[in-house]
Amino acid sequence: MSDHGRLIPRDRTAHPAQYDPDYKTAVTRSPNLPLLSLPSTVTEETGPVFGHDLIRPLDNNLILNFTKDEGPAIGERIRVHGRVVDENGRAVPNTLVEIWQANAGGRYRHVKDTYFAPLDPNFGGCGRTLTDEAGHYEFMTIRPGAYPWPNRGNDWRPMHIHFSIFGHAFGQRLISQMYFEGDPLIARCPIAKTIKDRSQLDRLVAPLDMGGSKPMDYLAYKFDIVLRGRRQTMFENRPEGL
Amino acid sequence: MVQPLDTLRETASQTSGPYVHIGCIPTFAGLGPVYPEDLGRYAIEDGAKGQIVTITGSIYDGAGWAFRDAMFESWQCDAAGVFPGQDGADPNVNGFCRFAADGETGEFTLRTVKPGRAGGQAPHIALWIVARGINTGLQTRIYFEDEDNDGDPVLSRIEQRHRIDTLMAKKTGDGAYRFDIHLQGAGETVFLDM
Repeated sequence: MSDHGRLIPRDRTAHPAQYDPDYKTAVTRSPNLPLLSLPSTVTEETGPVFGHDLIRPLDNNLILNFTKDEGPAIGERIRVHGRVVDENGRAVPNTLVEIWQANAGGRYRHVKDTYFAPLDPNFGGCGRTLTDEAGHYEFMTIRPGAYPWPNRGNDWRPMHIHFSIFGHAFGQRLISQMYFEGDPLIARCPIAKTIKDRSQLDRLVAPLDMGGSKPMDYLAYKFDIVLRGRRQTMFENRPEGL
Repeated sequence: MVQPLDTLRETASQTSGPYVHIGCIPTFAGLGPVYPEDLGRYAIEDGAKGQIVTITGSIYDGAGWAFRDAMFESWQCDAAGVFPGQDGADPNVNGFCRFAADGETGEFTLRTVKPGRAGGQAPHIALWIVARGINTGLQTRIYFEDEDNDGDPVLSRIEQRHRIDTLMAKKTGDGAYRFDIHLQGAGETVFLDM
């Protein structure tokens, strides 16, 4: 099957509701009126292509990319790896995966983050890579710290890494978060719990992957990602563009 | 019991949070040159064919506040209606652009070429919006009030005809347009699921 054609309509039950009173900022930022659901058009079925010339060797190494290998970031060294596939189970090759995260103390390098955990002079907190032909990607980073955030009286974010994935069509665009196996804060987090389908939340929790780790160096976590797919049918017959 | 399906479910979305700039536009976020340049900084390069337009706007929450932490991505065809990557596309049109609400004013600006008609659709720019408090990225479109929008397959499906106006960039000057986004309220923008 080709990399063209209509996208499978988004299954909104796979995603959080926009309105969730336990995540207070969502209350005023969630549309009240229904989304207008329509078949994808050429606009959603095409998307930007990023080439390998964009990526430099340290871009996917958050331990080293902020100092350009002058000094490593502080924290527990981990490798995060996985595969990007679509709903049909097909690999999504050569697609851009971007991540960002807090440092080991739970602090972001951002002007708006006022948590008093210290900044790590050797840690920026962003990385990017392209998937290979089989859809695989990997990052080296440090395990991010949990941190408190202003929501209800005492809310904490579990350890997490933000993921941004493009796919090959603008309609596949997705931002999500990866959590870590065994973190007791996941079940208490109002943002994680915006996902009402428990199995969908479980799929955001990356298991410890001893087989992908390196003795005396780093642990590994595996995080697979599924993007929207394209309709697979032998009976496709549609007017151009809609 | 029945046979299992081979299809997978899409990974659940989560909010981009307030620090999306770190991951997507780190130079804008003040991280310095982690990358040589932020991705998607320019929708067009010098020499792009067509009318250069500047679209300015704000994004308002349900309390009427133009919030400061949204990030936007746009995707469009060139002035002839050809998308980047398709045969004959204008090599100076990137089509994709990333931009953010200003941290002080909340205003965003997109400088690009006015798109042509593609696939029987009126000229439009696809917009994807993420921010803290937005659990799944919001899709909408920028159309132009001074273009022929009759027969557009998306606009024609908006039942409450007065809401079409929420997708229209308003001309404010020569090549200048205003496009405000309202997440809630009487003028709530039409958001798409396409």
